[in-house]
Amino acid sequence: MSGWEPVIGLEVHVELATQTKMFCACTVSFGDPPNLHTCPVCLAHPGALPVVNQRAVEYAVRIALALGCTVRPRNVFHRKNYFYPDLPKAYQISQYDEPLAVDGAFDYWVGDERLSCRINRVHMEEDAAKLVHSGESGRIAGSDYSLVDFNRGGTPLIEIVTEPDIASPEAAREFLNQMRNLLVELGVSQCIMEEGQIRWDANISVRPAGSTTLGVRTELKNMNSFRFLQQALESEIPRQTAILEAGGTIDQETLHFDPETGTTSSLRSKEEAHDYRYFPEPDLLPLVIDPAFVEEIRAAQPELPAARIERFVRDYGLSRYDAFVLGAQGPLARFYEAAASGADPKLTANWTMGEYLAHINATGLEPGHGHVTPARLAALVGLVADGVISGSAAKQVFALMAEERAEPQEIVERHGLGQISDEGALDAVVARVVADNPAQADQFRAGKEQLLGYFVGLVMKATQGRANPKLANDLVRKALGK
Amino acid sequence: MIGENDVRYVAKLARLHLDDAEAGHMTAELAKILAHIDKIAELDISDVEPTAHVLDIVNVTRADKPRPSVPRDEALKNAPAVGEDSFQVPKMS
Amino acid sequence: MSALDPLRLTALEARRLLIEGEVSAAELTKVYLDQIERVEGDVHAYILVADDDAAKYATKIDSEMGAQRGALAGLPTAIKDNMVTEGTVTTCASKILAGYQPIYTATAVRKLFDDHVVMLGKTNLDEFAMGSSTENSSVAVTHNPWDLGTVPGGSSGGSAAAVAAGEALWALGSDTGGSIRQPAALCGIVGMKPTYGAVSRYGLIAFASSLDQIGPLARSVADCALLLQHIVGRDPRDSTSVELPAPVQVPTAESLEGLRLGIPREYLGSGVEQGVRDRFEATVALIEKLGGRCAETTLPHTEYALPAYYIIAPAEASANLARFDGVRYGYRAAGADDLIEMYERTRGEGFGAEVKRRIMIGTYALSSGYYDAYYGQAQKVRTLVRRDFASAFDQFDLLISPTSPTVAFPIGSRTADPLAMYMSDICTIPVNLAGLPAISIPCGLADGLPVGFQFMGPAFSENLILRAAHALEGAIGFDTAPTFRAASEEAPS
Repeated sequence: MSGWEPVIGLEVHVELATQTKMFCACTVSFGDPPNLHTCPVCLAHPGALPVVNQRAVEYAVRIALALGCTVRPRNVFHRKNYFYPDLPKAYQISQYDEPLAVDGAFDYWVGDERLSCRINRVHMEEDAAKLVHSGESGRIAGSDYSLVDFNRGGTPLIEIVTEPDIASPEAAREFLNQMRNLLVELGVSQCIMEEGQIRWDANISVRPAGSTTLGVRTELKNMNSFRFLQQALESEIPRQTAILEAGGTIDQETLHFDPETGTTSSLRSKEEAHDYRYFPEPDLLPLVIDPAFVEEIRAAQPELPAARIERFVRDYGLSRYDAFVLGAQGPLARFYEAAASGADPKLTANWTMGEYLAHINATGLEPGHGHVTPARLAALVGLVADGVISGSAAKQVFALMAEERAEPQEIVERHGLGQISDEGALDAVVARVVADNPAQADQFRAGKEQLLGYFVGLVMKATQGRANPKLANDLVRKALGK
Repeated sequence: MIGENDVRYVAKLARLHLDDAEAGHMTAELAKILAHIDKIAELDISDVEPTAHVLDIVNVTRADKPRPSVPRDEALKNAPAVGEDSFQVPKMS
Repeated sequence: MSALDPLRLTALEARRLLIEGEVSAAELTKVYLDQIERVEGDVHAYILVADDDAAKYATKIDSEMGAQRGALAGLPTAIKDNMVTEGTVTTCASKILAGYQPIYTATAVRKLFDDHVVMLGKTNLDEFAMGSSTENSSVAVTHNPWDLGTVPGGSSGGSAAAVAAGEALWALGSDTGGSIRQPAALCGIVGMKPTYGAVSRYGLIAFASSLDQIGPLARSVADCALLLQHIVGRDPRDSTSVELPAPVQVPTAESLEGLRLGIPREYLGSGVEQGVRDRFEATVALIEKLGGRCAETTLPHTEYALPAYYIIAPAEASANLARFDGVRYGYRAAGADDLIEMYERTRGEGFGAEVKRRIMIGTYALSSGYYDAYYGQAQKVRTLVRRDFASAFDQFDLLISPTSPTVAFPIGSRTADPLAMYMSDICTIPVNLAGLPAISIPCGLADGLPVGFQFMGPAFSENLILRAAHALEGAIGFDTAPTFRAASEEAPS
């Protein structure tokens, strides 16, 4: 692909975790049987009118501030007009040229590199209903009929539009992953991707490397899987590149990604003519955002993941990678910090990223829940650091700690996992091991240094792994006269 | 002035079926009406603010508190076609 | 009990009789149901007469409610069929809503139900309130009770005719460009459009969201005030509704002394027919005799108000009527296998010609490339119209004009030319654009047909308007009982 570079922009849609819908007081729900949460407003019955959900506005401001945007002093809603069964009014109440917020940026990491993507705008709108197509594949073509469930219709939706600043499929994936963490951290959405609570459209074009003009772009709509996005981009970018290399032109079109084949294909557009006929929503009055309110939200903003990751690097001396693993998501970050307040931060980091994270992933527990509390992990790290138990014994202790509600010290004593650090006791074992293996002892004395491990291993075996490895090492050397 | 192609395009946008006779008739009527409406183009009012709302109020919102939804059978009772507790519509080909 | 005359009984009087026990709710309702039976075959004011329900409910009021009776208990009321009423089919006079059963009730109507009015039925209108004659109804043509060969006006023609013909004590209508006032004028009764926002639009099937208002039609100004009193108020379900700064008062003895009344010259143009002009000028002379001070004024952008209205209203309507797509309620064209075909045929078959015309104009005016020239420009004209009124109200307390440039015209005489029909509203449209209140009261006859006189006021000046109209009404002494002249009869010269 040398000579060409991909240019990616994203439009992210986030369903807010409010109690009620954007313009009516029906409950926002997920996974319920169809059409249980509807009313004249979200069913668009004749005569029904919208009323703005105050909390949705607040959450939107939270998002805008976390993305470094300017919250505009006044914003209005517009009607976006088109026909589709999941849009009961045949217009979506959205925002057009007077949105909530503009001009921000989101910093994110790809590996060690810190990248920044400009945010063009953040605006409020309402989600469409759910359309299910009968017929084989569940995709539109090939169905006999479609069924509409209006539970989701009217859920508050925030649209975040980026500039085309994303330069690779991997970056796109990381951007979304980290954006998702941010939104969850802000408490504005649970961002459960399987439920479609966060979805995105990706705009992709390709241009000569180093060029500043934009090529013709294609659009991948309505995705909710990071893996599929990356695959789709990895399919589409070479496709466009090949066409341009051959001197052809790209058709501006909407594409569908088929995970089975791993390729993109053209999707018939919903509206032949995308003429949305935007005009200001006459049923809703403008929103004037009080600067004092903005400051209140800003002051109440939690530490954002990006800042936290930097802080971990700085204050705990962690590598960028480790700081990212530990600091990207709130619950794990809080667990780590609590544990690190009671033990060496670097050792605690290793244990958290290793045994603890594996435990969390295997059990599905939330970090901080279950028997392994931060304090107990810190205590365990302390026992290892003080030589009370060996590293391998500590792993056994951790496994037991996960099952029993007990302090690590207690577990060590009860199961006899304490490290043997008493010279006298070990001397005897070492002497016996050396005496039982005269041939190897001679070889060692003759110069075969690697046999040290052989003897130490026997000592460990004889002590059920409880011998202090370092001490065993030293004593064996002494006994062998080296 | 508005021609039959415009009329067909607009009818498509508005999802209104017009047969050939209707399209012709509609074109003539709309042309007349638009000729009258075009009068407002006479005014040079580039510096006038548009009125989107006659009311001088802002920030009308409601608290995020749920109210009971309508029972499903009420929601579906006017539906021309129902399937699996949902509104059924023909496929989009 | 002396015989009650539905052609003259006022709501205030009827309420007094009910409260003092001189008539029962059942008896009163029967008076109107009997009149419906007598004249409805000629007038066709109603789409649906709920006679059994009305009689039953009136009986219930008498026997069960006792001291819990609401403030308007037992008063026989007609509701325009573009306000949803749960439990009663609501059609908007459109095929696309034939048989539609609302799942809620409009706020303004619910308030009246809470006051225990007796709903006699749902009245006829131009389909989706688009029209000035009620001839655009898919259900029936309503006939003006003064001359059955003429239109009652529109779009609230059914409500106006019902009240005029004694088929209802009073009624609710809606006004977007004159749809309460113009039919009130043509039918010789009183009709009022309140300030935009005074009455909740929740449950009013939307035509033009920024212009629509619900309002009262009745035999007298005081009746209108009483009805208005009971439907105003901020509704949390309508973001564009507001609380009036002062409660609506039923006017009693009032005077026009010292009132400064402006007559915008643009409302007396060549379109105003001679008979209307004569009646208007005679009324102005009467006002001056009563101490009112009338003077000519100007609202310079009036000629642009009609074109601006015929962009804004259809544009908003094109979006408001897009929900009628055959998916969730209403008519769905049979035999459509494909979604788009279903949409197009449902809407093509379900909507009448005028509605389709307006949807087309509105869609065009909003479409890519045309927004600035049409919708954008019209919204600016709207600002100019508002400024014109604001300037005039610096010098005058109220403005006056004829309500309609003509008296009731023969059925069928304007249906071939939509533009001619649109001209019926030149005196009424501007206050809708400005969101201001206005009332029409009958001021006399021309060629045997009623002429309407309009008061317009600043925002939230309902009480001032009602007082002035009440004073003038008393002085005019118009008999609101219509002549029921058959279509073939000659009008008196």
